[in-house]
Amino acid sequence: MWRRCLLTGMLVWLAATPASAFVAYVSNEKGNTVTVIDTTSWTVTKTIKVGQRPRGIEFSRDGKFVMVAVGDDDTIQVIDTKTQEIVDTLPSGPDPEFFTQDAAGKTMYVANENDNTVTVIDLEKRARLGDIQVGVEPEGMTISPDGKILINTSETTNMAHFIDTTTRQIVANVLVDSRPRFAQFKRDGSELWVSSEIGGTVSIIDPVKREVTGKITFEIPGLRNEAIQPVGIGMTKDGKTAFVALGPANRVAVVDGATHKVLKYLLVGQRVWHMDFTPDEKYLMVTNGVSNDVSVIDIAAQKVIKTIQVGELPWGITIAQP
Amino acid sequence: MFRWLIGTFALSMVVTGALAADPVEVHIGYLGHAGIKSTLSLVEQPADNDGIAGARLAIEDNNTTGKFLNQRFVLDEIKVKDSDDVAKVATDLAGRNDYIITDLPADALLKVADALRDHGTVLLNVGAIDDRLREQDCRANVIHVAPTRSMLADALGQYLVWKQWKRWLLVTGSHDQDKLYADALRRAATRFGAKIVQERTFEDTGGARRTDSGVTLIQRQMPVFTQQAPAYDVLVAADESEVFANYLPYRTWDPRPVAGSAGLVPTSWDATHDQWGAVQIQNRFVKLNMRRMTALDMQAWTAARMIGEATSRTNSGDPRKVIAFLKSKDFSIAAFKGTRLTLRDWNLQLRQPILLADGRMVVSVSPQEGFLHQVSELDTLGVDRPETKCKLQ
Repeated sequence: MWRRCLLTGMLVWLAATPASAFVAYVSNEKGNTVTVIDTTSWTVTKTIKVGQRPRGIEFSRDGKFVMVAVGDDDTIQVIDTKTQEIVDTLPSGPDPEFFTQDAAGKTMYVANENDNTVTVIDLEKRARLGDIQVGVEPEGMTISPDGKILINTSETTNMAHFIDTTTRQIVANVLVDSRPRFAQFKRDGSELWVSSEIGGTVSIIDPVKREVTGKITFEIPGLRNEAIQPVGIGMTKDGKTAFVALGPANRVAVVDGATHKVLKYLLVGQRVWHMDFTPDEKYLMVTNGVSNDVSVIDIAAQKVIKTIQVGELPWGITIAQP
Repeated sequence: MFRWLIGTFALSMVVTGALAADPVEVHIGYLGHAGIKSTLSLVEQPADNDGIAGARLAIEDNNTTGKFLNQRFVLDEIKVKDSDDVAKVATDLAGRNDYIITDLPADALLKVADALRDHGTVLLNVGAIDDRLREQDCRANVIHVAPTRSMLADALGQYLVWKQWKRWLLVTGSHDQDKLYADALRRAATRFGAKIVQERTFEDTGGARRTDSGVTLIQRQMPVFTQQAPAYDVLVAADESEVFANYLPYRTWDPRPVAGSAGLVPTSWDATHDQWGAVQIQNRFVKLNMRRMTALDMQAWTAARMIGEATSRTNSGDPRKVIAFLKSKDFSIAAFKGTRLTLRDWNLQLRQPILLADGRMVVSVSPQEGFLHQVSELDTLGVDRPETKCKLQ
């Protein structure tokens, strides 16, 4: 299977980018910078000064811009990927932390920690379309593969809110374990995974029945249970393998996407937080907040192959074609 | 586990379809005591709503969650004076509320606990740090959200030992609670390998805390009081009565840091704590109450959130179910301390990390790295299961 994956990956890679390179943007929460990394040489090519407390970071769908939520400046900054300079800002609500976009890249949904709302932004007009009231301390954001349902997790309410993207109304609330941080659908829409940082679990939710159908727990010999704090989740496009960042446990769990069994723990840097795949899915990059670096995981080998020093307290990461 | 799944299932069905029905109302009482203690530092003078303000914020948070579950939380606040019959006031309050958050001294709390023994009401102690309430005087109807003196002393002790400040000059006030704190500090020194090189007592001879020319006098007094001490690394002060400790920093005969009741202080919360998402609750608190959040506010917030959490997890307005869940192994609460907080089942004390703050910054958070425990590192703070004198009844 891995060989086929590798081969497919290789083909995609050959077809799409003769020069092979992808570019990763890492938000450094304390450093107020974004680090740009070239994924061929695994070196830092630029450090961009941004606003205060950059966290959520994502490429625009057309790949022309990188958007980064700068919470303490109450806005989202837009970086032009050609010039690698800030060219615009978006009208988010107060203290934006995390956001997601629809498939077309037209609408953005932002979790605003300070006033229990999700803000809806028209990306073309750069205009705020409205707010949705959610639970206490909204955080995780994702959209179902069919685009119909927006998921927001609220950290103190401990729920995954299901929001109809057309009516912008909450249609269901699913209780999960303490401090839900991140939500991710399987590409085929069959499962929604939600990580609970303080609860120490990942809840598997059936998106149709809107109920928790299973839970992934983690056990690492010699490590106290409380240190295992799942945050970021990455899933391969085929849904077969998932990676879960375990925060202060300093490990990424490799999870079988079908059986939900933990296959392996990979030792990375300190306080591992969020992650992203290279578009060819050959590599996964994870941010390590306390050790101020990014670990590169070779997906086929399931090994950490590289550590790259970035700015202070790396938080989010997004990777795409340059 | 399976039962839990079914619970979730039922819950998600209710969540989606129940908005038309009358909300489940959860009534929480808050029993505080009137009269505010006088502190040496003006900025540490507690506000009139110290504690209650935290409970009010938790009620707001619970209600934000509650609107998705059709649950509504109501706070019923009462303050007792020393002359009031606290057991009677509590019994009245228990008639209207299934849970009572108490900010009472140890003896008053025991009176209330015994008066309500057969009432089914659960008390959540947020004000009393006395170890005896969790040991020989423990009660099955009291959950302790406030940390104990020994937890606070151990948190400080671990840090001082980690810092290699192992020679302590212990200065104790002359009041009973000062002596209890000194006992806890002595215990911490023994447990973690520090040495108390000498002990001194600061007699409270009376006198006002505010005077127009007090500084001149204090500046002469404190160096003299601390002179001729054997070699020491840190002065540890036990002064819960607020008589002298805050006069010590920068005034000791030898240039040494101060910890304990002044300088580096162990506490459950500090207005400067901003890690682990704490900025969010600090902001919400300031917005609601127009002042900063104290340790008592946080303890009361946590108590009211514990009820909210157990109510949403059980999806029930039945206090028996909620209380059973609170006391079960499945219960935990997130409180911006970087780890889940759980109850010690042998005495219903909330396990929690302790902050070490100097009034301007959080310097460290205990338990410190390297203090290991077979169950939970949080149990390196305070009296552990093998040592407990508590028999819950």
